[in-house]
Amino acid sequence: MLNYIWFGMMAIGVGAGIYNGKIDAVTEAAIDMAKVSVNIAIGLIGIMALWLGIMKIAEDSGLIRIIAKGLRPITIRLFPDVPEDHPAIGSIVLNMSANMLGLGNAATPLGLKAMEELQELNPHKDTATNSMVMFLAINTSSVQIILPATVVALMGATASDIFITTILATSLSTIAAIVAVKVLEKMKRFSVSAALGEAESEDDDHD
Amino acid sequence: MIEYIAEGLSSVAKYIIPILLVGIPFYALAVKKVKVYEVFVVGAKDGFTIAVRIIPYLVAILVAVGMFRASGALDLLLNLLTPVLNLIGFPPENLPLALMRPLSGSGSLGLLTDLVNEYGADSLTAKIGATMFGSSETTFYVLAVYFGSVGIVRSRHAIPAGLFADAVGALSAVYLCKLFLM
Repeated sequence: MLNYIWFGMMAIGVGAGIYNGKIDAVTEAAIDMAKVSVNIAIGLIGIMALWLGIMKIAEDSGLIRIIAKGLRPITIRLFPDVPEDHPAIGSIVLNMSANMLGLGNAATPLGLKAMEELQELNPHKDTATNSMVMFLAINTSSVQIILPATVVALMGATASDIFITTILATSLSTIAAIVAVKVLEKMKRFSVSAALGEAESEDDDHD
Repeated sequence: MIEYIAEGLSSVAKYIIPILLVGIPFYALAVKKVKVYEVFVVGAKDGFTIAVRIIPYLVAILVAVGMFRASGALDLLLNLLTPVLNLIGFPPENLPLALMRPLSGSGSLGLLTDLVNEYGADSLTAKIGATMFGSSETTFYVLAVYFGSVGIVRSRHAIPAGLFADAVGALSAVYLCKLFLM
């Protein structure tokens, strides 16, 4: 899937770039974004280190386990293949709380910590598990209950008008994400074995 | 009433990080006798490796998104989709933002700024745009960072599910704003 989307975006970019007479801009964007990616990653180092350090303290003191246990009734439905009081649940809950409060800087390191812990439970290290996809989908659908600071700055006094609509819209998109993941994960073409099979046949093509 | 809730939430939010930064080590030190400084450093060490590990995934996704954006392909898509959108009452002015949102955070913020400047912050168009922006995330970036950090290359149903949720979010933004703010 990602293979086709990735190639498709670049191919359409080149095609439309030629059609629109913007091929120079396409080239420039490719080179710029390669640099931007590294800057983003380097910029993450400090914040990652800070939150991973704090998280390690929370883990060693047993706080993560307490949080994971407390919210088990909810998380067992979303992540049924993660064992009870596994540290992944604690990180997932903290990541979602940070997202809800609009603490993006804290949310990413906590989310990556959760991914690392989910990866420990993954038998096929390069293929996403159901829990990973669920976690990602909830994250991308955004569960923020506080308006982003950028939106408040832009909208000024009218920002309070969109408070309710934003919360409702984000709740609906999160519900849609959860339902979509639960439905799609049962489909054969998205199963783990299909993903692995696709990889094998791709390898065969190379031989 | 709503203003007070919104304001209250954001004023609470600014204390969360300082409280976590002090509260977690305090609990660990006072209750569990954890050697907080030593443990912090051990945990923080992973920050570098994880950040560096996501670079190839970020380069792959952001370069493709950047090429797509710079080519003006969105405008072509816009022309294709406009007749369909008119049928379902989706305002065409809000479509570029809806299409850009999953691709690029800075790109969609730019489009939202344009909407506010052109139509005014109290226009329905700007409010729909702001709701869309606030109710969704940059799906492709999050996928690259989260899956990249652990080396996942086969994302299975993550993209279809994520894009479906984005579409539901964008449509909800339109209809909710029409319902509540028109």
